[in-house]
Amino acid sequence: MAQLTYREAVAAGIAQEMERDETVAFIGEDVARAGGVFKATVGLFDKFGPKRVIDTPISEQAILGAAMGAAMTGMRPIAEIMFSDFLAVCWDFVANEMSKSRYMSDGQLKCPLVVRTGNGGGSRFGAQHSQSIENWAMAIPGIKVVAPSTPADVKGLLAASVRDEDPVIFFEHKSLYAIKGEVPEGEYVDTLGTAKVVRPGKDATIVALALMVPRAVQAADKLMTDHGIDVEVVDIRTLVPLDMKTISNSVVKTGRLFTVEENPRLCGWGAEIVSIVVDELFWDLDGPAVRITTPHIPLPAADNLEDITIPSVDRIYSKILEVLR
Amino acid sequence: MAKKKTLKNDDIDEKKRLELYNSQYLIRFAEQRAYDLFLENLVKGTSHLSLGQEAIAAGFATAMQKNDKSFCTYRGHAHTLARGASVVGVLGELMQRDCGLMRGKGGSMHLTDTSKGVMGSYAIIGAHLPMAVGSAWRAQYMGHDDVATVFFGDGTTNIGAFHEALNYAVVYKLPVIFVCENNNYMEYTPIESITAVKNPAADRASAYGLDSIIIDGNDADEVYRTAQMAYSKARSGDGPSLIECKTYRQSGHSRADPGAYRPNGELDHWKKNNDPITRYRSRLIEFGVKQKTIDGIEASVKKVVDEATEEAKNSPVPPEEILTTNVYANGGWAWRN
Repeated sequence: MAQLTYREAVAAGIAQEMERDETVAFIGEDVARAGGVFKATVGLFDKFGPKRVIDTPISEQAILGAAMGAAMTGMRPIAEIMFSDFLAVCWDFVANEMSKSRYMSDGQLKCPLVVRTGNGGGSRFGAQHSQSIENWAMAIPGIKVVAPSTPADVKGLLAASVRDEDPVIFFEHKSLYAIKGEVPEGEYVDTLGTAKVVRPGKDATIVALALMVPRAVQAADKLMTDHGIDVEVVDIRTLVPLDMKTISNSVVKTGRLFTVEENPRLCGWGAEIVSIVVDELFWDLDGPAVRITTPHIPLPAADNLEDITIPSVDRIYSKILEVLR
Repeated sequence: MAKKKTLKNDDIDEKKRLELYNSQYLIRFAEQRAYDLFLENLVKGTSHLSLGQEAIAAGFATAMQKNDKSFCTYRGHAHTLARGASVVGVLGELMQRDCGLMRGKGGSMHLTDTSKGVMGSYAIIGAHLPMAVGSAWRAQYMGHDDVATVFFGDGTTNIGAFHEALNYAVVYKLPVIFVCENNNYMEYTPIESITAVKNPAADRASAYGLDSIIIDGNDADEVYRTAQMAYSKARSGDGPSLIECKTYRQSGHSRADPGAYRPNGELDHWKKNNDPITRYRSRLIEFGVKQKTIDGIEASVKKVVDEATEEAKNSPVPPEEILTTNVYANGGWAWRN
């Protein structure tokens, strides 16, 4: 095990796959010589050179289109869209092209590529550089959606995404880039479509994603310390494929479900999970399933305003306490 | 034979000429058949025909290598047929039958036959230009000698992806050919009324350091020659080309369009004086090709299309169990466990 930051794990994951497979190349804005605006790809250009690590123009459609054309014809490109908000300018490629070409061609076209993107709030960047848009991606059939919360998961799930035969949207959380954690050394590949119980408990289940995972764990710890309420936290890790088994097992055990979502409320991923649980596990529930989300507003820039917008440890703690009491 | 040498167009040999004619005639006849089948309500949904634009598809496809890649728009029947895709597969897909190239899952606007290098037809304007760029990047990256050709209409030159793709292709000197089929109309609107420059593609070329190339898109020889030069440039590592082919769409934009916006007499003028098939037929005669040979090509094309039509008509509709196949690479559609 090595201690790596979340951003170092990104570079480690990409490097591992590029060393293994010549057909893996990496493109994006400022990703090569500058090492990425979040410094998540530092060292890759020096290691692999300008043929495989490529600075592109600000042309998000060209970036995703080029990645797609290359993937269709034999490469496994990784493309970076700097901020996930920018995916809106090339959403055609996500919503209409890479997600549908296999189906429309009845399996003739393949598209093994990874779109890495900086997602989420906490940086005081305002409404166009802070969004959590994983629920946009989850709504599209034909792609996979990954959002890791730890450095180890970054490396393992990124490797799994590169090796996957389907297009993967890989959401890295900007507010997690600096966190440190144990990461397996040497070749490390995780499995898409597997959630993880990161804190076992018996009284209630929190399902969380990305930045919301450490916040949910902290809230759970505090609930235990203050009130003896034992909350289980499930890190979804990949929204598609969705590991409902792990979530359902937890809900059956605890009888209570909370989702903690950074995406704005309407059609957030938690709505889908709650609806599945209500459909399939209604009689296992001991009370209402409750969603804790960012309210349905654009993200504000001011730090005090942003802090009360995105679910915080205190908000998660208070809401769960209020509901369970 | 002596006569041939006195003509200025004798750089293309007779075999190639007959190939070009065959390809154009096949597209013409198959597109007309598609129209007839639409009138019989056997072609469902929509369809966008290339009637009048056959020389472009034929000229480029004839100049291509087998491993070259074509990227098409929703007006892609012509380019798919020109690469040698099965006529049954094309007509079957238009009729949304099980024998279709994509078993009815794509339809007229998404014809794909990767076995022939047709890497798909895309119905969101502009999207396939960056994809062709990506295919060219792969060729350059992996040291392959194939070239990507992307066909699009005049209307596409006003969307962002066109400009992003051109800049990208030039910056990395990629082996991709951008082919604009300027048929005068962006759907129902005259292109010059909504474009800042006269020649929507060629006048933008200089912004990307490319030569301005405008050709007669209704002359298959000229298309073929220009294509050969562009492929040779791309294969030598000298980067992309942008070629504007002037042509005219003899049918409506889509099957829903009777073309009422055309000025009186315009369509007749093009059909009478500048129809690619009629022109090419005359040229063959001029070069001493026997009428019997031309008739033979036409008869064999008709036979192929007639047989394909019957086969497609007799093909069952796709089985319902394919509804959920090939969403993901594992063949299925499961998004959860």
